[in-house]
Amino acid sequence: MIKRLAAVWHARNLEFVRDRRTMIFSLLMPIALVLGMSFVFGGKERPLFKVGVIATVIDKQANPFLHERYVEFVPIADQSTGIRKVTHQQIDLLLDLHGTPRYWVNTDSPKGYIVEKLLLGAANGAQRQQVTGEAVRYVDYLFPGILGMNMMFSCLFGVGYVVLRYRKSGFLKRLHATPLTAFEFLTAQVLSRLGLILFVTTVLYVGIGTVIHFHRAGSGLLIILIAVLGALSMVAMGLTVAARFSSEEVVGGILNLLTWPMMLLSGVWYSLEGSPEWVQWVAGIFPLTHVLAAARAVMIDGAGVAEISSHLIYLAATALVFLALGAWSFKWRYD
Amino acid sequence: MREVPLASARVSEPILEVRNLVKHYPNVTAVDGLSLAVPEGVCFGLLGPNGAGKTTTIEIMEGILDATSGEVRYRGAPLDQRFREEAGILFQKTALQDFLTVRQSITLFRGLYTRGLDVDEVIRLCALEKLENRDNRKLSGGQQQRLLLAIALVNDPSVLFLDEPTTGLDPQARRNFWELIQSIKARKKSIILTTHYMEEAELLCDEIAIVDRGRIIAQGTPRRLLQEHFEEVMLELPRKDFPDSARNLPLRIIDVAERVEISTADLDATLRILIDAHVPLAHLRIRPANLEDLFLELTGKELRA
Repeated sequence: MIKRLAAVWHARNLEFVRDRRTMIFSLLMPIALVLGMSFVFGGKERPLFKVGVIATVIDKQANPFLHERYVEFVPIADQSTGIRKVTHQQIDLLLDLHGTPRYWVNTDSPKGYIVEKLLLGAANGAQRQQVTGEAVRYVDYLFPGILGMNMMFSCLFGVGYVVLRYRKSGFLKRLHATPLTAFEFLTAQVLSRLGLILFVTTVLYVGIGTVIHFHRAGSGLLIILIAVLGALSMVAMGLTVAARFSSEEVVGGILNLLTWPMMLLSGVWYSLEGSPEWVQWVAGIFPLTHVLAAARAVMIDGAGVAEISSHLIYLAATALVFLALGAWSFKWRYD
Repeated sequence: MREVPLASARVSEPILEVRNLVKHYPNVTAVDGLSLAVPEGVCFGLLGPNGAGKTTTIEIMEGILDATSGEVRYRGAPLDQRFREEAGILFQKTALQDFLTVRQSITLFRGLYTRGLDVDEVIRLCALEKLENRDNRKLSGGQQQRLLLAIALVNDPSVLFLDEPTTGLDPQARRNFWELIQSIKARKKSIILTTHYMEEAELLCDEIAIVDRGRIIAQGTPRRLLQEHFEEVMLELPRKDFPDSARNLPLRIIDVAERVEISTADLDATLRILIDAHVPLAHLRIRPANLEDLFLELTGKELRA
């Protein structure tokens, strides 16, 4: 079994490496995106102050400060989330109006300094709580999203169309006439694509990280583990889509149906906090959502294994389910 | 149409046996109760026109297509992993993995079998030495078929399936391919060959089965079948030389494309009749009956119809 698997894995790697156009596109697309985003969002800060208020719904009458102009007030579900956001300067100040007003401000943040003056002018007597922390730029937030999105496209389209091409050309039918099993074939494809994705992602991670000096608080090994499980889950998903169909239109349609919602709802571009509950529920189905949530938790907040274990378990489980489903429904022939 | 009994009884167990094979597609019965036995070490030909059911039959025998009913047995047992390890297959149409050289393509398939020939030996056997580093997409039709044959031989198969292996090849490439298959025959391999080239079948096959509408309508060695069905010789005349008035002569006349064929057991008498009827004989050709004549005799069709 290992010998057969290795033969197919090796041949697929040769095919990918020699297909220079695909290889170059796989590397250039995300580099261009990250550099573009870094250029657009990296330097300039938006001129709006953002203040978090610990509340489900903000009652404007609760404090005169809430009437200040040029300040956006956003509800924050709990204190720890708010403090984390102040630490990373994702908000300029956190306000708790329950009982005696309290506020948290980041002493490293210039905007925090100004918005604190505004607060004290409008609501003198609020108790000051101090935090410190380096700002998390939008590009720091975006970077894992871009890597994840590139991984998603590579996993789904890279594998889905390859299997479809093999089926249409009759290559799968020829393999079927050998002792190779569907599970061996699919596993070889998964491993081959996994290796390539990890290579490309590592190159991007190191290369772009050198250029934009992104924020990384947590363990590099944990990020690799997230990448491995995420890629396995999404490659297996791509194989499941391609396992049965022979039409490019059908496979292309299904892949688009998966990638577009994932791209929009998995939190690639922005956080889903504050979006309707059903949107968050749908987003929770997508493997990419778990990849990004786990990666950002590690990279931005320095989370450990325990804190992201639910994401890791979900990714591992979906990888196994998709692979089993793909092997079960796999069709060698083109009808 | 008459049913013909199975191949003559043999002492040894057949390497492959097909029993009452049926394959239904929506609105079409591609194989209709077909049975045959392939003795070990022979080249067995499945002949028939397009749509006769021979590719469906061979694909069921190869184990890559499921039959509606009936069974295929390899060395007395149902097709299993052992069969996959010991069978070599050349499909009518197939593609290989892109961006691989000839050698890498062979190496890939060699890796899928537990036993087999050395890659260098297969390359030598199929005369691919000068092409081994060429991208498999840049081969001519004949070279491509030699590579596919090499892949079919990489596991040193006991039984080799060749589905219309020379269709689309130019005459020279076809002859080269026949020489290759003859060298494989010399290694005592069992070969199952489908073709609609009668010359190919006569040259390579020890035994043939003619298939039409999913059934075998004749089976045996080419020589025996011709002896059974023909005592006659065939006279061929261009149709333009054959006047309409001559169609009423007491002869067995068959129209084939642009020529008229007359089948006769009494050549002298037939020639006298034609001379008396003033039929021009300047382009007359006399030849023994061949497999194509046999097919016409049995089905009334041209093989390549």
